[in-house]
Amino acid sequence: MHIYFPVAEVSVNLFLLLGLGGIVGVLSGMFGVGGGFILTPLLFMVGIPPAVAVATGSNQIVASSLSGVLAHFKRKTVDLKMGLILLIGGLAGAMVGVRIFSYLKELGQVDLFVTLTYVVFLGLIGGLMFVESLNAILKSRSNKPRKKTKHHTWIHGLPFKTRFRTSKLYISVIPPILVGFLVGILSAVMGVGGGFIMVPAMIYILGMPTKVVVGTSLFQIIFVAAFATLMHAMENFTVDALLALVLILSGVIGAQIGTKLGLKLKAEQLRILLALMVLAMCFKLGLGLVLTPGELFSVS
Amino acid sequence: MFGATVATAQSIVTDLSQNDVSITANFDGSQIFIFGAVKSAIMPDVNAAPLDVIIEVAGPSAPVEVRKKVHKFGIWVNGPAVEIAQAPVFYSLAGTRPVREILPDEERAKYNIGLDYVVQASDDIAPEYKDALIRIRQERGTFAKLESPVKLSEQTLFTTKVNLPSNLVEGDYTASIYLVRDQAVVASSVSEITVRKAGMERWIYNLAHEKPLIYGLLSLLVALVAGYGASTIFRLMKR
Repeated sequence: MHIYFPVAEVSVNLFLLLGLGGIVGVLSGMFGVGGGFILTPLLFMVGIPPAVAVATGSNQIVASSLSGVLAHFKRKTVDLKMGLILLIGGLAGAMVGVRIFSYLKELGQVDLFVTLTYVVFLGLIGGLMFVESLNAILKSRSNKPRKKTKHHTWIHGLPFKTRFRTSKLYISVIPPILVGFLVGILSAVMGVGGGFIMVPAMIYILGMPTKVVVGTSLFQIIFVAAFATLMHAMENFTVDALLALVLILSGVIGAQIGTKLGLKLKAEQLRILLALMVLAMCFKLGLGLVLTPGELFSVS
Repeated sequence: MFGATVATAQSIVTDLSQNDVSITANFDGSQIFIFGAVKSAIMPDVNAAPLDVIIEVAGPSAPVEVRKKVHKFGIWVNGPAVEIAQAPVFYSLAGTRPVREILPDEERAKYNIGLDYVVQASDDIAPEYKDALIRIRQERGTFAKLESPVKLSEQTLFTTKVNLPSNLVEGDYTASIYLVRDQAVVASSVSEITVRKAGMERWIYNLAHEKPLIYGLLSLLVALVAGYGASTIFRLMKR
């Protein structure tokens, strides 16, 4: 059964989209990523125009993140204070990112730039997480007691220190604002919520416990994605509400399943799974840049 | 034999199965029947060459930007954009025989019949760009790949079917019918086909373009309600 989407102006199989939204929802619940980095390229593949895919993806992420974060609130695994501070940086970053995006659009190099950023960031983060989690798993197998690495870094020397109770941290607000800002830029440019960058940044840069990372990341993604949706709706008219609704309905169900699945897996296993998925997407996109394309031309 | 050289005055009476195509939520492409009759003022000459019919359906035309990828630093990047001056968003051609056999190039150029004439690019643009545009639109299904047949019975009644793809774009389309004898157009007629979104599709599209702030906020509201609703339902189901 096909459905015609009014803003995308194409007709796509309904069940294909429901399946797609469901899978992305499961990932969103499991890993605390909005799933945009998988949803957006998948929407391109089923024939949704890229600009509509990016904007509608943001709208879908709002819903799946909300549904996921509510489950985390129940278990008290959201650091609200940290989320709000990340958000301040995130919104500022998203505004800068949208400017960069429209500039590149004028140059006609958006596709290339977006793909390149995907390849670089997915590769970097996927690789880092993979090595780290593999080490953690190997260490726990060899039964050596794991050292508590509470070393002092430059982060602890910064001013404006504040206590994050839920995360059991006492650090400056500057690193979270910077992390939020950078992720905000990237999320606007790449058309994603930015969870796949935010999650490792929270673990490795801010030193937050893995338990609260997912919920806190989902919490701030809701707002960054909502902001991006509004910007796209007002500047590019590319949010397809009907498409979003289809993706949301399947996505929220997936997210509930994903949240439960995530609880059954150990943190290291969760991270290695996410790392593998990020690397696979990076490889797929990178291949597209390097291999001679079947069609050399493109029509605007 | 009288008046063998007198050209017979002919005209076309034509109709379409539908003049309006409504794009609704379950729109999955459409098919239009175009049919009509050849009306002759005088009895046609028995020795005259047989008639041929060409039926062309075209969507609104607009300039299009085409880019070619170039290999730079080991990866493929978009080269500079080239503008094709005019190209219809939809094009389909049908004939009683292959159109190139029915009409010589000069006649096709005069009436703008065939993809090589409706897609117009200035002379300084390399032909590969125009070819690429035609190829890409053919792959997407908005340019018909093959000519479809026109059935002409008794040199009078003609009929053909035109397939409209699911990724149809809104606009005023035209169905042009050309009557051809001896490699020249002897009569023609044009009918309009209006392609419009309808119902919910129309409402969503209009709101998105006319009141983007309200539309954006509504989209967010839908997202929040669906997200909250689903998690509430799941919580209740657990009890």
